[in-house]
Amino acid sequence: MAKRLKRRRVVETLLADRGDLLVIGGLGAPAWDITAAGDHPNNFPMWGAMGGAAVLGLGLALAQPKRNVLVVTGDGEMLMGIGSLATIGISKAPNLSIVVLDNEAYGETGQQDTATKHGVSLSGIARACAMKDCRDINTMVEVQALRDRIHQGGGSLFAQIKIDPEKIPLVLPPRDSTFIKNRMRVSILGQSALHD
Amino acid sequence: MASKTKTKAVARRKKPEHYADAKPGQAWPSALYALLQEHGIKQVALVPDAGHAPLIKLCEADPSMTMVRLSTEEEGVALLGGAWLGGQRGVLLMQSSGVGNCINMLSLSSMCQFPLLMLITMRGDHGEFNAAQIPMGQATQTVLEAMGVIVKRADRADEVIDAVEGAMKLAYNGYRATAVLLGQKLLGAKDFRKLAQVE
Repeated sequence: MAKRLKRRRVVETLLADRGDLLVIGGLGAPAWDITAAGDHPNNFPMWGAMGGAAVLGLGLALAQPKRNVLVVTGDGEMLMGIGSLATIGISKAPNLSIVVLDNEAYGETGQQDTATKHGVSLSGIARACAMKDCRDINTMVEVQALRDRIHQGGGSLFAQIKIDPEKIPLVLPPRDSTFIKNRMRVSILGQSALHD
Repeated sequence: MASKTKTKAVARRKKPEHYADAKPGQAWPSALYALLQEHGIKQVALVPDAGHAPLIKLCEADPSMTMVRLSTEEEGVALLGGAWLGGQRGVLLMQSSGVGNCINMLSLSSMCQFPLLMLITMRGDHGEFNAAQIPMGQATQTVLEAMGVIVKRADRADEVIDAVEGAMKLAYNGYRATAVLLGQKLLGAKDFRKLAQVE
């Protein structure tokens, strides 16, 4: 089998020259990955709410139709919120991209298998949920093309990227989610957000 | 023959009422829609319930509101967190059975202090026919309160607007998760035996 991609390199590539891209990181390793690429006011790393990352991204994308929104999450997190792909597919939000870093394991709890290890295709589910551009990605060339597409406005974009199930040090984001929330709201909406 | 047809037509009109029309012509759904609009509600997330049907119809007809049809109710909790990050207010509509689906996701509202307004039509509450609705219906308020949600109730038409406006202000002025339970006394309960009758 070809060598699996490294998750941190994938995420750094996706977030390179990020401009005003808004980024949600699903709980666990993807939250550490977006932080490793550079803690940022336009990052919303999630400390919990498993299964909620993609649809939280939808709420943000609908509220901010002129901004591009990227959700980076894991296979286990996406599986828990799998029904939200139907919600997202039919919403047709033109500015939302979802990227699943698929290590085929619940990495935070001891590398137990997820369903993707046993033949479940998340990109196939996304396609069946009426998402328009669904990709399976195994190379950095494809990651670079994905990055460019996301930054042009993903437009109902879903990518499942097979990655190395490596154990690497955590890079923790700020711990208080109210801080992360207010930081992002001020970044998007300006200081007036604190008076809403 | 003609008279027989006429009789049939009358019988058809007398078919059992649908649950959504158990108490037809009530004014509160329109007032509730107007309240949501007045307070700038833009995202309407829902898993439908017959008790919400008139409100859903009004919101669907409003181009300033985006309807988000959820697969499961907990999605709405996360969705409206994202909406708030982007500066929009929303409302989450569900039946009481959906509250059970939301439990862990309500951690998100709590840890982030996201404002959240849930309007919950009750089943298993008062005069319920379907035994399956009773366990969750009876647990609804306890479960919400266990997760730190502020709960208001409306059991009469003249209580709805006050309850929802009060809850909405707590949510958006105080960054709290709130729920209004719209009771079965208000909505009426359908009788499945009648619905099972054939002409």
